[in-house]
Amino acid sequence: MQKTFDIPRELMTEEELLQPGMLSCQGCGASLAMKLALKGLGKRTVVVIPACCWTIINGVYPYSALQVPIIHVPFETAAISASGVRAGLDARGEKDVVVMAWAGDGGTFDIGIQSLSGAAERNDDILYVCYDNEAYMNTGIQRSSATPVGAWTTTTPAGSIKEEPKKDIEEIMLAHHIPYMATTSVAYPDDMYMKFKKVRHITGTKFIHLLSPCPPGWRIDPSKSVQITRMATQAKVFPLYEVRRWRFSKKRGRLEENWKYTINIYPDRELPVKEYMKAQGRFQQMTEDMVNDVQERVDRKWDELIRKADGRPLTPNE
Amino acid sequence: MKQVIKGNFAVSHGVKLCRVKVISAYPITPQTTIVEELSEMCASGELDAKFIKVESEHSAMAGVIGSSTAGVRSFTATSSQGLLLMHEVLHWAAGARLPIVLANVNRAVGPGWNIWADQTDSLSQRDTGLIQVYCESNQEVLDSVIMAYKLAEKVSLPVMLTYDAFFLSHTSEIVDIPEIEQVDEFLPPYNPEFRIDINNPRSFGGMIGPDYYFEERYIMHKDALKALEYYQQVCKEFEEIFGREYDICEEYRTGDAEVIVVAAGTITSVSRIAVDKFREEGKKVGLMKLRMFRPVPVERWRKVLGNVAKVVVMDRNLTAGLGGVFASEIQAALYPIENKPMVYPVIAGLGGRDVTPDDIEGIINYALSNDKPTDVPLFWGLKE
Repeated sequence: MQKTFDIPRELMTEEELLQPGMLSCQGCGASLAMKLALKGLGKRTVVVIPACCWTIINGVYPYSALQVPIIHVPFETAAISASGVRAGLDARGEKDVVVMAWAGDGGTFDIGIQSLSGAAERNDDILYVCYDNEAYMNTGIQRSSATPVGAWTTTTPAGSIKEEPKKDIEEIMLAHHIPYMATTSVAYPDDMYMKFKKVRHITGTKFIHLLSPCPPGWRIDPSKSVQITRMATQAKVFPLYEVRRWRFSKKRGRLEENWKYTINIYPDRELPVKEYMKAQGRFQQMTEDMVNDVQERVDRKWDELIRKADGRPLTPNE
Repeated sequence: MKQVIKGNFAVSHGVKLCRVKVISAYPITPQTTIVEELSEMCASGELDAKFIKVESEHSAMAGVIGSSTAGVRSFTATSSQGLLLMHEVLHWAAGARLPIVLANVNRAVGPGWNIWADQTDSLSQRDTGLIQVYCESNQEVLDSVIMAYKLAEKVSLPVMLTYDAFFLSHTSEIVDIPEIEQVDEFLPPYNPEFRIDINNPRSFGGMIGPDYYFEERYIMHKDALKALEYYQQVCKEFEEIFGREYDICEEYRTGDAEVIVVAAGTITSVSRIAVDKFREEGKKVGLMKLRMFRPVPVERWRKVLGNVAKVVVMDRNLTAGLGGVFASEIQAALYPIENKPMVYPVIAGLGGRDVTPDDIEGIINYALSNDKPTDVPLFWGLKE
C-alpha cells in the first residue's frame, strides 16, 4: 500500500500565483514545481530565470503566467542576476522580498556553476533553486552533467549511453558553507511547501535541488510523471533531506556552526533501483552490471547520509 | 575643488558624486585602482552603495543588470579581456534598455599579453547597443561619468565611457572635482517608470517572437539616435552648471582647414600640438576629436569634414583584414557626399606604442605630400 500524504491545509488555501495558459508539456514537473514553490514563498517574491524550460513555460510576449515579477537573464547568470536584484531591492529598502533564481540543471550544474559558486561564496541573500530534469530538455534532450549514468539522450544515443555518474551538486554547494541546502521533489508537495516556507526566513544563500520529471526526456507517460518521480525517492536515488549550517546556542547567546543533516522522507518500502530504471524509457539501454553499480552507489550514499544525519534515520513523523 | 588625480580616480570620484547605489566589478589591469578606491569609499561609508565583488566580468555586468532592473543607479568598470568577456551581457544590458554606466580603460587584447593602450577592446563592442564616449583627459573622464548617467537615464540605454590605459588611467592631472550639491542639481535621483515592483508585477526580457522583435529593435535604434540630440542638451546643461564645454565631437582650428586629423583618446592631445605647429607655418591643418562613437554623429562628421580636401584618420585599433575602425566608419559616413575628401587611414600606437607630436607631424606631411594614400591603411612607425 502506498502512503497517502497529509497535504498541508495552506497548500490548498494560499493564493494561486501561477496562472493558467502556461506553455509546459503534459506532465511537466517544472510547472508544478513553480506552483508549489510560490505557495510556500508567497507574493513578495521576485523570480529570476535564465535560459531554461521556464523561459518558454512562462509565455510569449505580451503574456506572463506569474503573478510575481519575473526577470529573464542570460543562461549562465542566474545566481549573479539574483544577487544584483537583491542589491537593488536592498538599496530601495525592500529587504523582505525573496529573490529566487530558478534554473534548470544545465544552467546550474554546467554553464551557470561559476556565477552560482561566486554568489554562494559571498553568501548573497538569495534563494537558488535548481529544478533538475536531468538533461538539456528545452533544447531537445541533450546530456548535462546532471544526467544520470546509463541514461539515453540525443547526445548519448544508443550505443553510447552516459557512462559518468551525475555530478554531486549538493556536496559542491555545501562546500561553499551556505546556511541552507535541501533536496525536494514535486512528488512530495508537503515537503516542498515546508522547505519553501522555511527559506523565506533564512538569510544568506539558500540552495534547493528539486527533482522535476520531464516526460518527453525521460521517455515516460505524462500521466505517470509524479508517480515515477516518487519512485526516485523511494529507491533512494534522490533522497529528500536538508542541511542547516547554524544553530542558536542559548548558552552562548549566539549562532554557532553545527552542520545538521535531516532526512525528511524515509522511504516506507524498499524499492530496488532497478524498478525505478525499468519504469523509464531513457534507461532501457543499461546492462545489468550498470544497474548493479548504480544500486551499490545509491546504497553507499544512503548509508553516508544516515551517518551524517546523526547516525539514524528520522521517522516520517519526526 | 582642484586636485591632482589619476584617470581611474576621476572615475571613482564621478561615481561617488552620482550617488551610485550598486557597483558590481572585477579587477583587471589597468582598471584595478577604480575598484580599489570604490571599495574604500563603500567601506568607509563615504559612498552609500553595495559593492558586489563578483567572480568575473561576465558576472559584473550581469549583476548590474539585476540591480538596474530593480530600479537603482548602477556602475561597473573593466578593460580589455574583461570587456570581451562581458560581450554577451552588454547586448543584454542594451536590449533590456538599462541605464548602466560602464567605464572601460582601453587596453590591448591578447595574445600576447599586453596591458597598454589600444582601442580594439571597446570598438569590438560596436554592435552591442551601448552608447560609446571617448575621453582625452582626466577632467573629461570625471565629467563624462556624470553626463553619462544623465544621458543613459534619459534614453534608457547603457553608456560606456572609455579612455586610454596608463596615458590616462595611471597619469596624474589637475582635475576640478565638482561639489556634490552641484551634481545633485544636474542629476536628479533615478526613478524609472519600469522596474521590478512587487505591487505591479511585470515580466522583463521574456520570449518575444518575430511579430514583435523587429519593431522592438527599431525602437531601440531610434532611441539610440535620439541620444545625439540629448547629449548635446546634456552638454549644454553641464556647461551652465560646471562651466566646462563638451559636445558629441569637437573641432579644433577646423574653420578654414584643408587637412583635418581625426582622432580619439589621448592621440587627440598630441595631434593638437602638431596642428598648432602647422598653423604657425601657415598651413591650414585642423583636428576633429571623436567623442561619441555610438550612436554615430553622421551629420556632424559630414559638416566638419565635408568641405576639406584631405582627412587623416588615426586608429589605435585594428580589425585585421580591413584596417582601422574609425577610418572605415568615417569613410562610410562621407560616402554620400559629392566632393568627398580624400581619406588617409592610419594605424598607429597599437599595444601602447607611443604616438608623439612628431609622429603626427610626419603623418600630416605624408598626407600633404601625397594626392592619395599610398597605403590603405598606413601602419605608421612599423619596424622593418
